[in-house]
Amino acid sequence: MTDASFDSRTLTQEAQFGDYFALLKPRVMTLVVFTAFVGLLAAPETVHPFVGFCAILFIAVGGGASGALNMWYDSDIDAVMRRTAKRPIPAGKVTRDEALAIGLTLSVFSVVFLGLATNWLAAGLLAFTIFFYVVIYTMWLKRLTPQNIVIGGAAGAFPPMIGWAAATGDISTASVLMFCLTFLWTPPHFWALALFVRMDYDNATVPMLTVTHGRRATRTHILVYTVLLAVFALGLGLTQVGGPVYLAVAVVLNALFLKGAWAIWRRDEAASEADNFRVEKKFFKLSLLYLFAHFGAILLEAGIDRLGVFA
Amino acid sequence: MSLNRQHEIHGRRFGRNLGVGLVLGALIAIIFGLTVVKIERGDFQVQPQTQGVSNGN
Repeated sequence: MTDASFDSRTLTQEAQFGDYFALLKPRVMTLVVFTAFVGLLAAPETVHPFVGFCAILFIAVGGGASGALNMWYDSDIDAVMRRTAKRPIPAGKVTRDEALAIGLTLSVFSVVFLGLATNWLAAGLLAFTIFFYVVIYTMWLKRLTPQNIVIGGAAGAFPPMIGWAAATGDISTASVLMFCLTFLWTPPHFWALALFVRMDYDNATVPMLTVTHGRRATRTHILVYTVLLAVFALGLGLTQVGGPVYLAVAVVLNALFLKGAWAIWRRDEAASEADNFRVEKKFFKLSLLYLFAHFGAILLEAGIDRLGVFA
Repeated sequence: MSLNRQHEIHGRRFGRNLGVGLVLGALIAIIFGLTVVKIERGDFQVQPQTQGVSNGN
């Protein structure tokens, strides 16, 4: 056997840099970067721009590391679901051991470097986020409970709190409420999608609320979480990160979001199928704008404060 | 028999090698930048040696 015959097989399978990068779930990372950035800038302490840049980078790397560890552990279910079958491990481009090594290395790297660059509270929160996402969510609860979306959402909600802690070395009401904003937003956002997209979580034996408790219960859950979300979102407007711009955005968007959740709750499957889930799709699109606009408004308020407008 | 200047593995793994090289370069820049910022901010200060210590007393 020659080298050529061996290489002809490995040529198409060999992982490129992009395959390793894909382990870090870059799309999820964009949300992490944006919300951590807002948390960092909304904090009352100013951070040196380079330290701030590094803090966001290390938070993003920590988030990516937990994504790699998630892909390492979940490679069996990723392989049987259409949405995830092209991920680097089920596609045969990266081995599980490689994903584990990359995930562990980047976890340690991101936590240690965030601690050195900013403070150890921020580093501790990042370490807890990685632990929570990988051990509590991925390994333990994801395959046990249909509330898995709520638990996974908690892990994705930590970045603004970490950004805030990186700037202040502290946890405050405002940073906890920023956590609550993403935490309570995730379930209605995802369950609305689950209502109109046929997901193959069943094949992977991952419990989904739409399947375990039915679509009626899912509609009720969406409404309940949306009401809770509105309370916390408006409450955030009364903290130091709020202001007239944030409150205006929050009042309008929460009113629209509640209206959408109410409409989803009132309909039955026949009505949804008759108009091809128009209301559910509209609600899902609104949920994307909802989160972006809330954090965007916090960012704007921080800019307004620094520039002294309304002072 | 001529020697190829480039082994086929260099072509095959070009993207990977370039990526790793850029990441390592960025790591050096980040550590250097953080060091400069921290020294400028006064996070690290050399303790002045006392007279007694310098005299060995």
